[in-house]
Amino acid sequence: MKYVAPSSVEEAASLLSSSPSAQVFAGATDVVPQIRAGRPAPDVLVDLKKIKELVALNSDGDKWTVGAATPTAYLTEDEAFSHEFPGLSEAAGLIGSDQIQNRSSLGGNLCNASPAADSVPAMVVNGVRAVVAGPNGTRVLDVSEVVTGPGQTALDDDEFIVEFEIDKMPSRSGDAYLRMIPRTEMDIAVVGAGARVTLADDGSIEQAVLALGAVAPTVVRIPDAEQALVGSTADEETLNAVAAAASEACDPIDDKRGTVEYRKQVAGVLAKRAVVIAIERAEQRNGTN
Amino acid sequence: MAITEENPGYKWVGTRPIRPDGLEKVTGKARFGADLVLPGMLYGKVVRSPHAHARIVSIDTSAAESMEGVKAVITGADFPDLAANGAHPSDIDVANNAIARDKVLYEGHVVAAVAAITREQAEAAAKAVAVTYEVLPHVLTVDEAMADNAPLLHEAMITKGVDPAPEEPSNIASKILHERGDLDQGFGEADAVVEREFTTKPVHQGYIEPHAAVADANSDGRAHIWCSSQGHFQMRAYTATVLGVSPGTLKVTAAEIGGGFGGKTVIYLEPLAVRLSQRAGRPVKLVMDRDEVFRATGPTSGTRIKVKMGVSKDGKITAAEVWMAYEAGAYAGSPVGAAGMTAIACYDIPNFVVEGYDVVCNKPRVAAYRAPGAPMAAFAVESVLDELARNIEMDPIDIRLANAAVEGTQASYGPKFPRIGFVETLEAIKEHPNYTAELGPNQGRGVAAGFWFNAGMMSSATVHVNENGTATVVTGSPDIGGSRQSMALMAAEELGIPYESIKPVVADTETVGFNDVTGGSRVTLATGAAVVDACRLIVEDLRGRAAKTWDVEVDQVEWVDGQAQHVDGAQPPLSLNDLAAKSGRTGGPISANASLNSRGVGAGFSTQLCDVEVDPETGVTRVVRYLTAQDAGRAISPDYVEGQMQGGVVQGIGWALNEEYIHDTEGVMENPSFLDYRMPVASDLPMIDCAIVEVPNPAHPYGVRGVGEVGIVPPMAAVGNAIHDAVDVRMTELPMSPIKVLEALNENDG
Repeated sequence: MKYVAPSSVEEAASLLSSSPSAQVFAGATDVVPQIRAGRPAPDVLVDLKKIKELVALNSDGDKWTVGAATPTAYLTEDEAFSHEFPGLSEAAGLIGSDQIQNRSSLGGNLCNASPAADSVPAMVVNGVRAVVAGPNGTRVLDVSEVVTGPGQTALDDDEFIVEFEIDKMPSRSGDAYLRMIPRTEMDIAVVGAGARVTLADDGSIEQAVLALGAVAPTVVRIPDAEQALVGSTADEETLNAVAAAASEACDPIDDKRGTVEYRKQVAGVLAKRAVVIAIERAEQRNGTN
Repeated sequence: MAITEENPGYKWVGTRPIRPDGLEKVTGKARFGADLVLPGMLYGKVVRSPHAHARIVSIDTSAAESMEGVKAVITGADFPDLAANGAHPSDIDVANNAIARDKVLYEGHVVAAVAAITREQAEAAAKAVAVTYEVLPHVLTVDEAMADNAPLLHEAMITKGVDPAPEEPSNIASKILHERGDLDQGFGEADAVVEREFTTKPVHQGYIEPHAAVADANSDGRAHIWCSSQGHFQMRAYTATVLGVSPGTLKVTAAEIGGGFGGKTVIYLEPLAVRLSQRAGRPVKLVMDRDEVFRATGPTSGTRIKVKMGVSKDGKITAAEVWMAYEAGAYAGSPVGAAGMTAIACYDIPNFVVEGYDVVCNKPRVAAYRAPGAPMAAFAVESVLDELARNIEMDPIDIRLANAAVEGTQASYGPKFPRIGFVETLEAIKEHPNYTAELGPNQGRGVAAGFWFNAGMMSSATVHVNENGTATVVTGSPDIGGSRQSMALMAAEELGIPYESIKPVVADTETVGFNDVTGGSRVTLATGAAVVDACRLIVEDLRGRAAKTWDVEVDQVEWVDGQAQHVDGAQPPLSLNDLAAKSGRTGGPISANASLNSRGVGAGFSTQLCDVEVDPETGVTRVVRYLTAQDAGRAISPDYVEGQMQGGVVQGIGWALNEEYIHDTEGVMENPSFLDYRMPVASDLPMIDCAIVEVPNPAHPYGVRGVGEVGIVPPMAAVGNAIHDAVDVRMTELPMSPIKVLEALNENDG
């Protein structure tokens, strides 16, 4: 197994095209433990952390860009970002431990393609886009399109994510992410729920996006819940409908971490709670901030 | 601290100095089991069974032997056949658990081991060992193992403790029975009766340091072993048994130990490392991965327990009937015996039957775990007692006070209790502000109590006075819970010199007299008594030397504050420093040995108070407040006593809420990592408040009882009782995971 650390996107792309079993990594918080656990090692491990633009968090007038290999600690510690996207920031802050978060990245959390990845539902509700580099330049995918199944992505073997684009949070909007784990940290989501809402001037919900993690092979949106919320003030009856729709949208498995029944029921609970938090945050984001 | 007797003027005992092993541990210098590297050392790797139950048809090691760097490959055939040699059955089990001969009895059971120049070569060679198995049907639980026509692990196992002995073999290794009075009469006198059935899962001791051993064998048959264990004399004895050699041919040096909790009182790697080293002619190191630790070491038993108890209106327990079956894993020896003796030992009950079964099944052989056997039984009994208290509307402390064992009570397991401090622990809880602290929404409060014998057994100590009047205290008890500090504190008290002037040392098997394992909460009691004895011999010697110097009778000399004083003040005092400097002229080096078989144990009791908050929509239970009151006898080192009390509680909370072995239908463990074997992390827990109770043990010079174990006995019931108080569901299965709590809540709603 060879280790290489290219300094540019182009160099990384050509390494990937020239070596069929090459594999990119950012923080290595998934890749190295997987190899140690017996997964076949690639011939070449390509370290993306030495490419400058892949480790950067920037904001211009319209959007944020997050380099694919940027440590998730950036997202929790950058005040402006975490104030604007508290849900995504909190999701990033749930991955592993403090030590892990100094290495782990959104690109890695997404491309590892675990159904339970915490940052993914939070990215999906915020409409995050992934800029993908390959031998023929770049293309842009919605984050919701990247993962196609457990351990499977829509990326070709010679492609990798360069950065994520996140449109600025509109006023009167807020996001939230909650996950269920039996402990308080150092665990993997049994259920994860992301929500983002935008409020109309009258306080009713203008737009709502809900996504669940760890309850299906990939992150699932909950269109029925979103429709129920739009135009409502999220009264108890609506929230119960949200919970019911969330439970219904699940396609979970029984495994050592949770049962089908439990995941369905708690998906409803977390979806409801995430919506309530997102609304509170949206109410606080009046006007210019 | 709740102190029932004033400290009689101790200068060092009961203080909180810096621990003697602290600096080396925080700077990373302490050498644990895996840290040793010897010149020319090889790396070993163990080959383990992927099947829960199978006959070994053949093992082909030829491919592995011919691989690059490989220096030795061994299988069960490389060890003496103890069964053919007529060895004791328990020794045969130890040997067969270390490396299988004919059958593998659990997933992870060792079938072979290799040694190679590099770790990678060893791992590759281990994979190349070709084992052909005939897979057999397996049994994973006591229910499966006790079922009619269940597949048998040991075809000749006849249940012991049954008269007449059964004619047919079974998976039941033994039966235990304790009886008193008349159950029918007792239940007839009851105003309330509760009957419940409980199940618990195997849980692991969860020590942070995986097992590790280095062996260096000589061509003359001798070998030196370095390993992390709770008792290097025990490791020597077991290893000698498995290898079929005299213990005197083996020298074992205790590495620093990163946790044991009972799980490091047994051997796994040591005989394999010695045999590999003999075959290769070079030192060999074996270190387990975490998943090997889970699959093949520890755990403690999964259980099924039925409890029926009755109380009169005034809270007196009139009768108790307890039935329990404990998983032993692959070989006989579950802690059901201790469970039967402890289950109702807190209480004075006139009529009872306690019946227990030791049941083998296709899981790793259970090992001791902190008060082995007692916690599961206490979960059942203390849950039922909580329900009875509710039924008769009695305070949970008061119902325990109404039945508490006291000095003179005939213990349920036989002897009369000497002086004990159970009542004092109950009172300490009642007097603590936590007992009346306000509870928030979805919060509840639970009480539970626990008993543990505490062990005595054999210990030796040597004390050397150095030429400048400092002292070295040498024992053979590995320090897993602060024993070096408590030895130094007692020696400082006896010799009258500062704690800092004493160096406590854990010596190898050739440098100090025999010591039983560090286990059973016995070291501060028994090894501590040996240290005190040795120090008193030193003081006698020093008085004699002073008498000789002054030319007076020895009874004219007192030892006070680290110096010899003439009773009439007729001579200027002689300090230990003075006497040490002149030792060459007064009889030579100043040194003493003491060895003993402990003169008496002091039973330990703990009462605990737990406040939880349950999320009624997710079933998640958080412990919000926790208080433990425990009778230490005398807290030699209060910091370490509190550490033991808190440690027991924390492990108990993990056992209560999330820890469990999960096996698939083939008997393969599904969660052999700290990710999915969910021990609590720091943020899961509140500060565990401690109330140290001190009711001195008359059998120890300072009143020590032993504190390491009883703290883990009450927590599961305390948590379960608090959950009941919070959300009105009675949890009878461990762990009380969010899934199970939510199921119970759903049933209540439905």
